[in-house]
This record gives sequence, structure tokens and C-alpha cells, in this order.
Amino acid sequence: MPHIELPAEYPGIRSLFVFRPETAAPLCNLAQVLLHDPHPTLSAGDRELIASYVSNLNTCNFCTRSHSAIAKHQLNSDLSLVKQVLADPESAPISEKLRALLRIAASVQLGGKNVTAEEVEDARKEGATDIEIHDTVLIAAAFCMYNRYVDGLDTWQPDNEEFYDKMGAQRVREGYKPSSINVTLTKELQTS
Amino acid sequence: MAHIELNNELPGIRGLMAYRPETEAPLNALAELLLRSDDNSLSRGERELIATYVSYLNDCFFCQNVHGALAGHYLECNVRQIDDIKENFAASPISEKMKALLSIAGSVQKGGKNVTPEQVAHARANGATDTEIHDTVLIAAAFCMFNRYVDGLGTWAPADRQFYVDRAPQRALDGYQSSVYK
Repeated sequence: MPHIELPAEYPGIRSLFVFRPETAAPLCNLAQVLLHDPHPTLSAGDRELIASYVSNLNTCNFCTRSHSAIAKHQLNSDLSLVKQVLADPESAPISEKLRALLRIAASVQLGGKNVTAEEVEDARKEGATDIEIHDTVLIAAAFCMYNRYVDGLDTWQPDNEEFYDKMGAQRVREGYKPSSINVTLTKELQTS
Repeated sequence: MAHIELNNELPGIRGLMAYRPETEAPLNALAELLLRSDDNSLSRGERELIATYVSYLNDCFFCQNVHGALAGHYLECNVRQIDDIKENFAASPISEKMKALLSIAGSVQKGGKNVTPEQVAHARANGATDTEIHDTVLIAAAFCMFNRYVDGLGTWAPADRQFYVDRAPQRALDGYQSSVYK
């Protein structure tokens, strides 16, 4: 049961957005810029993989499953690739650049000071730009926030694969803008 | 030296915000709402104290000094008194409600699942509302982001703690907005 009285029909972070729309706006806008808006070089799929990887390290079930599904749809792939990345990025079939960025993300998850000059240098050798390194650190840091927000208030997290998959497809279509988040999903959830 | 070329000399998060204005906007909007908006039953000083305590637990020098100086400004206490609260809030002269909220913030810093129903019940028994508990969790979570952002990119921070104290009154007036980061 959630630690505070949240609207029961909304899952995860959406129940918190409905509870406190004032803070929902910047939280949604941040996700929109980091994960959905066009990026000079880093695909939305790769950015979602970083988000789901960090959420998995933080053991946040709702965020891991949501962003895994979004990554799957962004990459036009299947969930087994995403699960491979989460389980072991070193052996997953991804680019060396993304592998190096995921190492940086894992260090950020432990704490900012864990990122080493060598990790950054390795990413750069694989072609990572300064903006890609910046955005990797900020995505990883942001999910250390979102994950704590969702679990710290003990939100309701459905255990229903189809729910996450539908939400994933919808986020890919609509993005994270507050207007997209607020009007969606309740009906799908009730009928699924 | 920062891990990336920021093309500016600004310290801490200010250098990062000037580097990437697209992410600066929602980050400042979030800080302004959580810490400075007057539409909140927790005072600005109380909210800055939560931010300071979590930044201290995350060992982020820049953030704990910026927000510690702001907390001191609002609560009318000096750096030493703020340090005492960070190091042992249970023994400090703050309200029982604030102690209960700082305890929740400390759990969030370790990971969201560490917050217990007992901690929440204790906060409520000392007068905390649902919105105050919500905001405490979100402030603590947000500083687990801000701290990692500042340290994860290896930004520099002025070593003289008086620098932060001297800036606090103007920062309190200006708020969290892009103009102060330029």
C-alpha cells in the first residue's frame, strides 16, 4: 500500500503526477528532453536502454519494466534484447560506444564520484561526444531520482506484461509531455 | 577539471546548466517548485535543510554548501549550526516533525525501498501531511539526481565555504532560474 493517499486507479509515477501536478510538469519535461526529443547523435532507443539499465540497478520494478518496453518499441526490437542488456551489457549485442556509456551510467548509479577519467576516456575512444557523455550522466542521475520517487512512496506497480507493453508503445507515439501523460492509460489498465 | 569541455568557468551545476540549456529549464523549474515556491506548508528553510542533508549524505561539496548556506539564510543560523544538524539532526534543536522528515529523506538517499511505514507513521504523528511527506521524498530523490549530476561530470567547486554564505541572500532573492546561471 502506498505510504500516502494516492489515486488508486493510477500506477507508479503516474499516481504521483496526479497527486501533485505542480511537480509533474518539470519531471515530465525533463524526461521529454532527455529521452524523447530529437538528439544530435544518441537514439531514443539507446537513451531508453540507459534509463531501464539504471532503473534495474536501482531495483525499481515499475521504471525498469516501463522503460524496457519503451526501449523495445523505440528500437523496433524485442524484449529479449533489452533483457540481455540489463542482465549483462558486456556481452549484449550493442555498440561499443553504448557499452562504454552504460559503464558510466553504472558508476553514476553508485554515486557521482565513482565516474572515472578512464571511463570517460574509453567512451570517447569509442566515439562518444561530450553531449552524449553529459546526457548519459544526467539520464542515469535522473533515474536515481525517478526510481527513488516511485519506490520511496511505495506506489502501486502492476504485474502485467501487456500493460507495460501498451504503455511503451504509447510513450513512443506521444512522448512524455505533461499533456500526454495525464490523459492516458487508465482505461487500458482497467480492461487489461 | 570537468570530465567534458563545458566552455565556461562556472562552478558546480551552474557550469552544466550553461552548457545544456535544454535540460537546464526543467531542472530549474523543479528546484524552484520544490525548494522556493511559497505554495507549500514547509518553509523554504525546512526544504533547503532536507536538500542540504541529502547532499551531505551523498558527499556532494558544492550542493551541500549552496543549499546549506540558503538554509542558514532562511533559518537564521550559521554554517556551524547547519553542520551540527547534518551530522546529528536527532540531537539538534529542530522540530520533531523535521526530524521525522529528515529520517525519511535519509532512507530515500539509500534507496526508495528503505522508507518504512513506521517512519511515515512517525512523521504523521508529529503533524506531517501527505503533501509534506511527498515533497520530502521528492526533494531527497531530486538531490540524489542533482548530486550525481554535479559530481558525475567532475565539476569544480569553490573551496571557501564563505563564498556560498555570501551568495545566499542574493540567491534567495533571485530563485532558481536561468539568469543566475549565465
